[in-house]
Amino acid sequence: MNARPTTLFEKVWEQHVVRREEGRPDLIYIDLHLVHEVTSPQAFAGLNAAGRAVRRPERTLATVDHNVPTTHRSLPVADPVATRQIEALRENAAEHGITLYDMGHERQGIVHVIGPELGATRPGMTIVCGDSHTSTHGAFGAIAFGIGTSQVEHVLATQCLLMERPRSMEVRYRGRLGPGLTAKDLILHTIGRIGVAGGAGHVLEYRGEAIRALSMEGRMTVCNMSIEAGARAGMIAPDQPTFEYWRGRPRAPAGEAFDEAVARWSTLGTDPGARFDQVVEVDLAGLEPQVTWGTNPGMVVPVSGRVPDPADLADPDNRATAERALSYMGLEPGTPMQDIELDRVFIGSCTNSRIEDLREAARVARGRKVSPRVNALVVPGSTAVKAAAEAEGLDRVFRDAGFEWRESGCSMCLGMNDDIAGPGERCASTSNRNFEGRQGRGARTHLVSPAMAAAAAVAGRFTDVRSQA
Amino acid sequence: MSATTHAIQPLRRVEGIVAPLDRADVDTDQIIPKQFLKRVERAGYGQFLFNDWRFHPDGSPRADFVLNQPGYAGAAILAAGRNFGCGSSREHAAWSIADYGFRVVIAPSFADIFQSNCYQNGILPLALPENEVAGVLARAAAQPGYALIVDLEACTVADAAGWRLGFEIDDFRRRCLLEGLDDIGLTLQYESEITRFETR
Repeated sequence: MNARPTTLFEKVWEQHVVRREEGRPDLIYIDLHLVHEVTSPQAFAGLNAAGRAVRRPERTLATVDHNVPTTHRSLPVADPVATRQIEALRENAAEHGITLYDMGHERQGIVHVIGPELGATRPGMTIVCGDSHTSTHGAFGAIAFGIGTSQVEHVLATQCLLMERPRSMEVRYRGRLGPGLTAKDLILHTIGRIGVAGGAGHVLEYRGEAIRALSMEGRMTVCNMSIEAGARAGMIAPDQPTFEYWRGRPRAPAGEAFDEAVARWSTLGTDPGARFDQVVEVDLAGLEPQVTWGTNPGMVVPVSGRVPDPADLADPDNRATAERALSYMGLEPGTPMQDIELDRVFIGSCTNSRIEDLREAARVARGRKVSPRVNALVVPGSTAVKAAAEAEGLDRVFRDAGFEWRESGCSMCLGMNDDIAGPGERCASTSNRNFEGRQGRGARTHLVSPAMAAAAAVAGRFTDVRSQA
Repeated sequence: MSATTHAIQPLRRVEGIVAPLDRADVDTDQIIPKQFLKRVERAGYGQFLFNDWRFHPDGSPRADFVLNQPGYAGAAILAAGRNFGCGSSREHAAWSIADYGFRVVIAPSFADIFQSNCYQNGILPLALPENEVAGVLARAAAQPGYALIVDLEACTVADAAGWRLGFEIDDFRRRCLLEGLDDIGLTLQYESEITRFETR
């Protein structure tokens, strides 16, 4: 039998089609539904109003991350509106029999950090969450994407989604990452190349030697930012590092069941000769650490570069967008990126808050001091990451250098809790979005890798981490 | 068909003033900033739409923002640049647009999740060619009160001066909008197929 060669994405999608009918979206089955406090209350309210049950509570996993304070976990949450939202999730989880990793639980954390950490995220799955950074889980060879609250309700009620099958795009890397470069630099550079809408309507598959060489943490960083290229999802074929990451996790089986799963997943990768709807090649030769200068993640330059001049842009829309961005960012065209002074540094978020990210930042921070002009924050992605970092003494490294060491949560990535930057304050951030107001009204965000953020905290301005290591 | 959990108003024909927002890559953090996502209700988000662009930090309206200009009061159609609604999955963005009174958003392209959220809330995300959107934006900016008639049954958009354009839209989504159908009601018809899938 000569089966047509297929892509990783096609294989996983086709395995989940419950019903296909001409002229309709596919009805696809959802293996894992991640839930957090911000995008779920209205979904549960709809479900409850219609008298419906959660179809598969055991395929649903909840945590609190967006709203939670990162300071004192023992005190009540000060914000009464946020408290009500957290309470709502507690009630809904209890009523519908959903496991909740609540504040104070040793497994609480950012939803996209704890899914993989628990071993709940697995290759070949379909995974959704009312959060656009659900694409993170694609690092395991899952189809994982963000959905709105109506669809959260849909999945709670039916464990399915109605969805047009997206198109596929191969992002093929040439070359490898040089010393001092990270997954964050690779993906920022990629978004700069293909643009913030370059992946629209597509599921990306990241391929090439550079991808294979990344750790699972690095792969999660890459897939996490697929949405910033406008893509529906991003995927990486599962391989030995994927299986080793999963081994021994709380929700991973041992023995024969583990081996069987691995054997099944080993055939998931894209077949030789399989066709993608689109192919993009990204050359990594000469890549430098990346820093964003504007108000979307595609506005990015190498650290040795300068703030671009909108006048150099041919497209009038791009020019207008760049002018607006520079005005918001308070930057002059032609300014060397390394001359830009900072007020804040944030190391955290579902993009870069895992143990490896903290190790990379700590390696730079060790024995150095945060610049007196900078307020720097480290927010581990989960309570388990925090514990692991403390066991390695990373908290001491950060504290000794003058960083604040916090409890886990989304924190300053989107500032739904008290962790925000003030108007006009400039922040080097390891998060995923530099949109206007994202970290606080009037706050100016520059996206960088954890190592670059640590180096920036010390220097008080952007600097090439490779010269500090 | 099962009862819907939140009524979706059918959309057949919308005649209304166009509010021009001539910006590309408008992200959902701009459509509704994070501080308004803490509520547990589904209604009442129109007051927060485009908050940071629409209001000064003290809450007073910014005269330079289109929605604060009297000529665009009561607009039912929002026109904007490409890749509208990019960024976060927050359905609050669609809720705020609908609650403000918009039924149609016209742009050259939309971000995937936002587009899907529009369909779930009876909003038509109408993608038109970039040059046609540029024309709509220019006319709406030059003539406050400029109106369009969007006819979803005929798949046409037209103005009173004789400009008229046909458009394409996914037929399934079109029917859902015309009839005000919600996905959950549709999917629950296939309960037995879901069960069969789960037990295979």
